[in-house]
Amino acid sequence: MASQIVRRVLRARASEICAAQSATNPNSARVFSCFDRSLSSAAASGSDLIRATLFPGDGIGPEIAESVKQVFKAADVPIEWEEHYVGQEVDPRTQSFLTWESLESVRRNKVGLKGPMATPIGKGHRSLNLTLRKELNLYANVRPCYSLPGYKTRYDDVNLITIRENTEGEYSGLEHQVVRGVVESLKIITRQASLRVAEYAFHYAKTHGRDRVSAIHKANIMQKTDGLFLKCCREVAEKYPEIKYEEVVIDNCCMMLVKNPALFDVLVMPNLYGDIISDLCAGLIGGLGLTPSCNIGEGGIALAEAVHGSAPDIAGKNLANPTALTLSAVTMLRHLELHDKADRIQNAILNTIAEGKYRTADLGGSSSTTDFTKAIIDHL
Amino acid sequence: MQVFKAAEVPIEWEEHYVGKEIDPRTQSFLTWESLESVRRNKVGLKGPMATPIGKGHRSLNLTLRKELNLYANVRPCYSLPGYKTRYDDVNLITIRENTEGEYSGLEHQVVRGVVESLKIITRQASLRVAEYAFHYAKSHGRERVSAIHKANIMQKTDGLFLKCCREVAENYPEIKYEEVVIDNCCMMLVKNPALFDVLVMPNLYGDIISDLCAGLIGGLGLTPSCNIGEGGIALAEAVHGSAPDIAGKNLANPTALMLSAVTMLRHLELYDKAEKIQNAILNTIAEGKYRTADLGGTSSTSDFTKAIIDHL
Repeated sequence: MASQIVRRVLRARASEICAAQSATNPNSARVFSCFDRSLSSAAASGSDLIRATLFPGDGIGPEIAESVKQVFKAADVPIEWEEHYVGQEVDPRTQSFLTWESLESVRRNKVGLKGPMATPIGKGHRSLNLTLRKELNLYANVRPCYSLPGYKTRYDDVNLITIRENTEGEYSGLEHQVVRGVVESLKIITRQASLRVAEYAFHYAKTHGRDRVSAIHKANIMQKTDGLFLKCCREVAEKYPEIKYEEVVIDNCCMMLVKNPALFDVLVMPNLYGDIISDLCAGLIGGLGLTPSCNIGEGGIALAEAVHGSAPDIAGKNLANPTALTLSAVTMLRHLELHDKADRIQNAILNTIAEGKYRTADLGGSSSTTDFTKAIIDHL
Repeated sequence: MQVFKAAEVPIEWEEHYVGKEIDPRTQSFLTWESLESVRRNKVGLKGPMATPIGKGHRSLNLTLRKELNLYANVRPCYSLPGYKTRYDDVNLITIRENTEGEYSGLEHQVVRGVVESLKIITRQASLRVAEYAFHYAKSHGRERVSAIHKANIMQKTDGLFLKCCREVAENYPEIKYEEVVIDNCCMMLVKNPALFDVLVMPNLYGDIISDLCAGLIGGLGLTPSCNIGEGGIALAEAVHGSAPDIAGKNLANPTALMLSAVTMLRHLELYDKAEKIQNAILNTIAEGKYRTADLGGTSSTSDFTKAIIDHL
């Protein structure tokens, strides 16, 4: 009862502040919605918990998911996990091993975390990742890449985010044979999808205080398709005059990335280039075992995921590195605007790796998953 | 040219310039005589060409490519000792299919706001470039050929490319053949480029990967390149731009063009001359005394050239 009164008072005060702010702030709609979200989570941390869907996945998935749960509990993160597993049989409603309940859960909770899933070989079902993407309309794949202090690669100053359009482009899957020995593949670019991902990229840049958005393309050769993508990016750029916008051809971009990655800030690109560039950037900072990733869907859905494989050879042996999944969970927290919790956990992870005392095998150390997790908790 | 003369390379240069007017026979600024000259001689060397902005003509590079049927773009990338980048052990060759794939230029609007681009892969072109890749690997003593693709997603198109590569691989049992997905390839290239030897790939991936590898060794100013055409034509070229801002000032770095000319010599099987000149260039850069501005030095083009001649 008391908490309800507190909540009502908080909300009233917030709306006063919002009203005052909106009078002076041209981006009032955005401020208001940010406020709303943070208010609801501030109120929620009092008594309610945010529900999030968790897909532990296969192979090393369950172990690293367990690590994430422990770290979150130790950090008092107000999240209640709803675990879902991939079924053994195909659910006819989804044409996949993922059940309708799992998908509804993500739609309801709006946030989720996914461990690595191995798509079983066979016929008559869609790939699990493809199912998730289509059903939840996950249109943008976001990968923040920053050099981890303490884990030395050839690059020390990487600090960029790749935002990749995830629904169309070269991966539309529309191929056919024209005549024997001649095959065609269609690359589709639509105004709607390009605007959507560009809008997200600039919104992200603004909310995370980034200076610059670079659109990656090959419009000198693919004039209509990449040209349309760029046109949409330019339209969105005009609405954000405080953010610098530039266009970089993909081959130049790759060359600049390997010579001087500090040149880039936020990168937005169509599907194929995004696939290549995001993996390239993962390589710059140390590999897929350390890279967080988050998929954004329509209606504000955010499904964070670890992009590495399920590593069946080390499953169950307490050897896996939970960093990628934990950093992805941090990305999820930032999406929920729980920035201080996110920073705390991220710093704990970075400090643990920087210290060098506890490292899992893939980073050159000999700690087990549980030791590494405990070290992170100690650093909180 | 001075270097070749000093090294006594048995080559007689036939110089051709790009005209100021469009030659109707070629729809381009390149004259028919120029093209015939390359067809006749079978080898050539091309400096950077700036395509003039305008309408009614094809890009110069596109003209050359179509008319001479230049189907493979070959870029040897090796770390230059003495020019330190983050990578010391790069030693690979990228062979890129240059006529089809994503760069077929076939785009159209389906309805307002929806555009389509066609990526074409043919058996003929894929076999042709795969055959060249394995032939190159064999004649240059390379051990491994890696085909780069995304066939898990683009099953039919890249699938056909891979099928052709596999067929050719069977004719060369002494050369190891592997297939690498493009995103893995990029990640491996930035983490450990020594893993790769010869890379063969369709047009778009080739564009990206060859520029990535150029970045690994120091940039386009140092990268040689050679285009192979039907009938054994080899047109070596410098892939950097024409740099109009430093033109005529004796500041340019001739390394890329010279290394490209060396590639041309290897194509002609004049290996000892090629080695001589290449070593001279590498030693000059390694010594560090004479370096042009783009490498961080202050030498002029003619000083740098003279240093290379001295090293012969």
